[in-house]
Amino acid sequence: MVLVVVERDGDGTLTEDSAEVLAAARDLAESLGVPVGAVAVGEPGELPDDLVKRGVGRLHLLAHELLTDGSPACLGEALAGLVADLRPAAVLAPSTDRSTEAMAWAAAELGMPLATACTEIRPGDDGPWEVTRERAGGVLLEDAALTAPIRLCTLRPGSPSPSETAAADEMTVHVVVPELRASVPRARLVERRERAAGMTLTTAPVVVAGGRGVGSSEGYAVLEELAGLVGGAVGCSRVATNNGWRPHADQVGLTGTRISPDLYVACGISGATQHWVGCMNARSILAVNTDPEAPMVTRATWAVIGDVHEVLPAVVDEIRRRSGR
Amino acid sequence: MDVLVCVKRVPAVGAEILLTADGTAIDTRHLGFTIGPHEECAVEEAVRIAERTGGSAGVLTVGPPETEEQLRYALSMGADHAVRVDTPETDPDPEATAAAVTGALGELPPYDLVLFGEASADAGHAQVGFRVACALRRPVVGGVKGIDLDGDRVLLRRESPEGVEVHEAPLPAVAAVLEGLNLPRYPTIKGRLRAKKAPIRVLDGPGATGGLRTLRLRHRPEARARTVVLGHGAAAAPAVVDVLAELGIVP
Repeated sequence: MVLVVVERDGDGTLTEDSAEVLAAARDLAESLGVPVGAVAVGEPGELPDDLVKRGVGRLHLLAHELLTDGSPACLGEALAGLVADLRPAAVLAPSTDRSTEAMAWAAAELGMPLATACTEIRPGDDGPWEVTRERAGGVLLEDAALTAPIRLCTLRPGSPSPSETAAADEMTVHVVVPELRASVPRARLVERRERAAGMTLTTAPVVVAGGRGVGSSEGYAVLEELAGLVGGAVGCSRVATNNGWRPHADQVGLTGTRISPDLYVACGISGATQHWVGCMNARSILAVNTDPEAPMVTRATWAVIGDVHEVLPAVVDEIRRRSGR
Repeated sequence: MDVLVCVKRVPAVGAEILLTADGTAIDTRHLGFTIGPHEECAVEEAVRIAERTGGSAGVLTVGPPETEEQLRYALSMGADHAVRVDTPETDPDPEATAAAVTGALGELPPYDLVLFGEASADAGHAQVGFRVACALRRPVVGGVKGIDLDGDRVLLRRESPEGVEVHEAPLPAVAAVLEGLNLPRYPTIKGRLRAKKAPIRVLDGPGATGGLRTLRLRHRPEARARTVVLGHGAAAAPAVVDVLAELGIVP
């Protein structure tokens, strides 16, 4: 069996990442000649219907009060028990924080390796499997040999997937009550605050971001103005957060937020690797920089060579002039 | 309260990353080394906690002698003692790293809180903290962006897809932290001088290896076309707005 750890949205439906992992699992299972199983937490809801049409014939539902608050460590412990019982050929999970953490705990408990952030899995005949995984936020790819009786992997979104999946003939649902030791000290969720609605860096179609070239926290006013005019959000590079010009929540990059807007406007950002991995999935990039050789400029779709504080006010004026605002 | 931070020596890469001729590693001949941003915040947090509670802030790394450069950096930020677990590999597999850290924690005096960065800045396996917590049967929370101490427990704040969560853990505990937890300080001259002379405790590594072995590194293929330069300075504004209009972003 190839076992897939699936996640659900707040409304109980399968997440997009999980659907992608299921597609990859289907491919892998076919090449191994084994079925696909899934494991999830909580009540079945719509999940069996959702899974059967994706070729999953068996669903294991983990039921335990310690799992209701979504603790990855508890999930990992429960997962390790299930995996030890089922002995699947592989366990695949989306590379979200929650699943990665749960898989890390499960791997430790099972005494097995875990390959995180994989983009491809190539099973070996008898020897080790080979995986391709993202390093340094995806700017480098690593081919690695994975030697284990059960191959544990988390998958990055955008992994190759088949076009058509045959539905499974039937679905069997097994409710599993994991043995979670009461004596073990655990972290527990004590408070949950919903994020305020509104545009965020990850959902904005346009992100106007500034780096060293903006020069000061006051310098972001013109970026705010442009973002307002184009219905976008303001982002920044690590230099800006380190200088205290912007809050860390605005930071685009390896250690900030990774975004994929339609347009990324990079103002006075040189484009170091740490930043690049945060914006490389943008559909298009407009760079504004005084240095025509800056990596951000040479990798951009469009570029304007010049100072942020000369270029952006002129762009803002031009937008206002054309729209008569 | 005694806090230990685990850090990793990683190449300080710029915009282009060069690989070695055999393609198995980053060519570091012309690069400096650093600790990742998440780990820098972990060191800062440990130092603040030690200052506030009158405790200690230790720093630990796993690797050959050259990794002591990063321990000294953490010492210059205000950490008060440093431990290196001696292993020959500069980039050990996460199982091996976790085994080395777990072994060291068995030899060292007890810590109330052990901090990791969420993921190293180079390999990014994102699992050593959870592996160590599992081996020690300690509570663990990842993605931490806020730490509050409250007697014999700690409150750990993290972001989730839906918003913000606060987890409570009894001490001793483990946390994997994210940049944004705080704004790390720059080392002072005095700090650097102190760090230079500070002793570093060296422990033998367990010599364990894991089941994940790097075969080769490669660059991700980049499909982008050549950059179109729209102009220079303010004079480029009409061309920029033409592009925005073409994309349907402005009318």
